[in-house]
Parts: sequence; C-alpha cells; structure tokens
Amino acid sequence: MECGNYKTNYSKDMHLFRIPRVKLRIFIIVLLLFLLPLFTSNYVIGLATLCAIASIGAIGLNILTGFTGQISVGVGAFLAIGGYTSAILTSILGWSFWISLPLAGLVTAIVGGIFGIPSLRLKGLYLAIATLAAQFIVLWAIGRFSGLTGGGEGMVLQRPSIGSFTFSSQTSYYYLCLVILLLVTIYTLNLFRAKTGRAFLAVHHRDVAAQIMGIHLLKYKVVAFALSSFIVGIGGALLAHYTMIVTVELYSIDVSIQYLAMILVGGLGSVFGSILGAIFITLLPVALGYMIEFLTVYMPNAYSLLNSFQEFVFGLVIILFLIFEPGGLIHIWNNIKTYLRLWPFSY
Amino acid sequence: MNKIMEIKNISLQFGGVKALNDVSFHINEGEIFSIIGPNGAGKTSMLNCISGLYKPSEGEIHYKGKNILPMKPHQRTKLGIARAFQNIALFGSMSVLDNLKLGRHTLMKSGFIKSGIYWGAAEKEEVQHRRKVEEVIDFLQLQDIRHTPVDKLPYGLQKRVEVGRALALDPELILLDEPMAGMNASEKEEMSRFILDMLELKNITVVLIEHDLEVVMGLSNHLVVLDFGKQIGFGTPKEVQQNPDVIKAYIGEELTI
Ligand SMILES: Nc1ncnc2c1ncn2[C@@H]1O[C@H](COP(=O)(O)OP(=O)(O)O)[C@@H](O)[C@H]1O
Ligand SMILES: [Mg+2]
Repeated sequence: MECGNYKTNYSKDMHLFRIPRVKLRIFIIVLLLFLLPLFTSNYVIGLATLCAIASIGAIGLNILTGFTGQISVGVGAFLAIGGYTSAILTSILGWSFWISLPLAGLVTAIVGGIFGIPSLRLKGLYLAIATLAAQFIVLWAIGRFSGLTGGGEGMVLQRPSIGSFTFSSQTSYYYLCLVILLLVTIYTLNLFRAKTGRAFLAVHHRDVAAQIMGIHLLKYKVVAFALSSFIVGIGGALLAHYTMIVTVELYSIDVSIQYLAMILVGGLGSVFGSILGAIFITLLPVALGYMIEFLTVYMPNAYSLLNSFQEFVFGLVIILFLIFEPGGLIHIWNNIKTYLRLWPFSY
Repeated sequence: MNKIMEIKNISLQFGGVKALNDVSFHINEGEIFSIIGPNGAGKTSMLNCISGLYKPSEGEIHYKGKNILPMKPHQRTKLGIARAFQNIALFGSMSVLDNLKLGRHTLMKSGFIKSGIYWGAAEKEEVQHRRKVEEVIDFLQLQDIRHTPVDKLPYGLQKRVEVGRALALDPELILLDEPMAGMNASEKEEMSRFILDMLELKNITVVLIEHDLEVVMGLSNHLVVLDFGKQIGFGTPKEVQQNPDVIKAYIGEELTI
C-alpha cells in the first residue's frame, strides 16, 4: 500500500512516522488529548491524569520488561522511591518541584541500576524474585527511616508552581502530566530506532549473539534498569504530587502486579501498547464500579456480593487477555486499522 | 606472510569430553583459511574459543600478537573479529536493516541520551551507518528484503543475512561457521563468490567452516583438519590431501578436486 511513497533519502526512510496518514492520525489524537478539558468534567480529567501517570510508569516498565526482556516485579518500590524522594526534597528541604522531579528520577535510576546488577546472572523467574526483593527492601527502608519518611503517617506534598501560578486545578495538573507523557513517549520511540534501543532488543532476543555484536551485556542490562527506573521514578513523583500524600500502603506488591498487567494487556515491547494498557487497567475498576452500581438498582441486595466479585473480574479479564490476545491491545488496534484500511476493498 | 591469528596448544573440556585436544595452527593475514572435520570434531568449539564464548582449559590465542583469551566476547568484537553462526542467530522479529545495523554496534557512539533525543547527533549517525549498511546490502544482494523481518525470510536468505551482519562490522577477520550448509550447488557457488570478494574487495581475512570438500579445497589457502578434537592435518589443500592421517579419517570420501 505504501509503494506509491518512494523513500527519497535514508533520513526520511527512518522517520518516526513514515506515512503522512499516520502522522495526521497521531496529531489528531494528541490534539484531542489537549482539548479534553474543554468538554469533560473535573472527574474525568482526574481519571485522565491518573491514566497519563500510569502510562508513564508503564512505558518505563515496558522498556525493561517488554523491550529488554528483564522481568521486574518491583515497580511499586520504584514508584515509591520517586514519590518519597520528591516528597523529601520539596516538603523537608523546601526545594523546587522542578529540580526535585528530575532528581526523583535520578535517585530511582541509581537504585534501579543497583538492583539490575544481578540480572547478569539471573534470568526469568529468578530475576523476578530478585526484583521482588527490591519491593520488600525499599518498603522496609521507608518504614525504618521514619524520621525522614514519616513512617506510617506518610508525608504530605504540595502541587508544583511556576512563579505565582500553582498547578492546583485538575486541568492544569492534567496538562503537566500530559506534556511529560508526551516527552517520555517521544524519547522512548526515538530510543528504539537508534543504537541503545536496538541493543536492548538484541539483549532480549539473543544474548549470546548480542555479545558477539560487541554488546556489553551487563552494561546494557544495568542501563535498561536505570533508564526504566528513571521514568518510573518520574511517574512516582508525579503521582505523589497529584494525590499530595505518600504512604507505604500506596506502593504495595499489588501496584507492581497492576503495572505488569498494564504492559501484558497493552502489549509487551510497544510504547503505544503501554499507554493503552495503562488506560485499560486504570479505568477497569471504575467501569466495574459503574456496572455494579447499575446492577444494584435492579438487585439491591446483591451489592456486597457484586462488590466482592470486582477483583475476581479484574483477574479474569487479564487471564482472558493472556489466553486470547497475547499480543495485547496494540495488536487488536493494529488489526482494526488494517481492517479499516482495506475496507471495503484494498486500494 | 603476517600471521593475524595464532592458536597455541588449545584444549577444551566438557566434563570428560575433550572437545579440543592440544590444537595449534595459525592464520595468515589476507587468506581464506578453513577448518574441516566430521560432525562433532570441534570446529564450532574452536570458533567459540576464538570469539570468547568458551574458555579453553589450556593454551593461548594470539590476535595480531596479543593474547586475547583474557578478553570478553564483546571486547574481541571491538578488535574487528566478526562471526556468523552455524545455527542462524539473527534477531528474528527485527528487519534485515536493523540486524545489519546491530552488526555495526561497536562502530556507533550514541548513548541512551543521544539515542533518545535522536534529532541531531543520533540521526546523523544513523544515516551515516545506514549508508555503510546499504553497501553490505548491495554486496550480498539483499535490496528487496531490507525492511523484511528476518524470521519471514527463507532459510537461504537468512544464512546470507547472518553473513551480512558479520560483514557490517567492517571486520579484519570474519569467522563463517558453515555459511553454505543446506544450500544447493548454485547457491554455494554464489556464496563462494561472496567469500572470495570479501577477501579481494574488502581485504578481510576469512575463517571458513564447510563440509563440501570440493568447495573448501577450491577456496582455501590453508586449512586445518580436526577429528574428535584432535588436529590431524594442517597446511595447504595439497599438503592436507596427501596427509595419511587425513586420508584415513576421510576414508570413503572424495579427496580429489
Ligand atoms: N556447550 C557444550 N557443552 C557440552 N558439550 C559440548 C558443548 N559444545 C560442544 N560440545 C561437544 O564438543 C564436541 C565438538 O562439538 P562442535 O564443536 O559443535 O563440533 P563441530 O562444529 O565440529 O560439529 C561435541 O562432542 C559436542 O557434543
Ligand atoms: Mg559446528
């Protein structure tokens, strides 16, 4: 179908979106996301903000797990490090959010990099267990150093501001998160069409051949851990300044599993898949909540029963996805696109 | 003649099995050198020792006068030693172009910051290396499939991409582990042509593993013969063909050209 578009030079041949139609579609989607606050309520914008933050974290995790093939069940811990770092820097030291945000990423990257070192020796399930250790060690440390972290009380954070303007409204904070998501998305898409991203993919698919290509396995695995953690840490800091509170309970193993579910449902090794998965997993409980409310109108006595079914349905949806669409939402989306493009007949 | 590589008394053990037993030979700069021997003789193991995937229990391997055994595989690649695997080890879901670009990994500089920002330094580098990769594509006639994911390609073409990925490094020494396995006569002839051109046009020293004796004797300047991990012959094709140990090992096989 693209045969009419003869690629005139290599730079063009390697563009992010080679086809004008795709470029236009992406532009329209981004535009709609920016216009969203004009035609929705604050409640919806709040959900959209959570989706954007989850998308950032999911892209971070996907870089490590989906693209580089290193399983991590420690995302919760790395979100916590991002959130707590920013909380300590802004609330205790009184530093600006704009400095604390990248520093939160950096601190998370360093801790993530350190937890990535065992990946040279450990693979698959064994590595997963090692990252699970990160989850417990980090949460333990947060509880242990309660002088700094507020222990069980947690910490209170402020919304960021520029000059006299504070991002206190839902809409303004949504825009902040959206812009950062956009930057993370572009960064990641670029990464995988240049040297570093290709090396990540090589490490994932054939680590022996990767070494023979001259790829330093430990270096690239640690970089993947650090980079992934940096982005997750940024997500953690954004979440903390959104909810304006950090406590240990917010970062349990459940959170780690949810993020894994996002990239599994969205599509391993896909940037757009990460976003679709993050939206799906964030909105699924909301949608289930609505459904239960709706059903209780007709079956008033069934509320508690239905409510307890919520987690069951959540798990079921994920399992069904893994069985029937292992390619994830991004695969479904691509199939729909192909279908529409060929409909009613190919041109 | 300059020796580009010297194999000195290499032994390699797997449990009780001696995969290589006191093997010594040398490879001259600017020649086609072959390793032959029946299946399980230790040919691939020898290449694995050269590229650093196996650690020999004894001996030394010198590349341009320097013992490379303490070096990691990725460091040896940086010296300009490239390798095409016997069992195709391409990155299956990636395109031919990306596989070839991975072959140039050590020649590229962009780290994770420049890679992610892309516009500017990384883009310039990508374009510049794309040009080099296109030379390999022209050389091996892969023009029509450059954007195809390699696992969609037929076996013969995958073999060729495997060789191309090694060539993309612009190596000084290329290790080709049975690049013609499973090919018919005309495909073998084509690959032989490529191998000769590597040396003549690109000045790459070639180490070749191949079972077809007619092809090997025709192509090689020197060769070494392995049998059950032991070196039973080393020299020019003529010398090897007259070696009684080799004749004994190859009983029943045609040794004349
Ligand atoms: N990783 C390994 N572990 C155990 N044995 C091995 C390994 N690699 C090779 N061998 C053994 O070493 C011998 C030589 O194998 P190989 O070098 O692959 O032979 P060739 O390439 O000449 O067919 C065989 O007996 C093989 O079983
Ligand atoms: Mg072999």
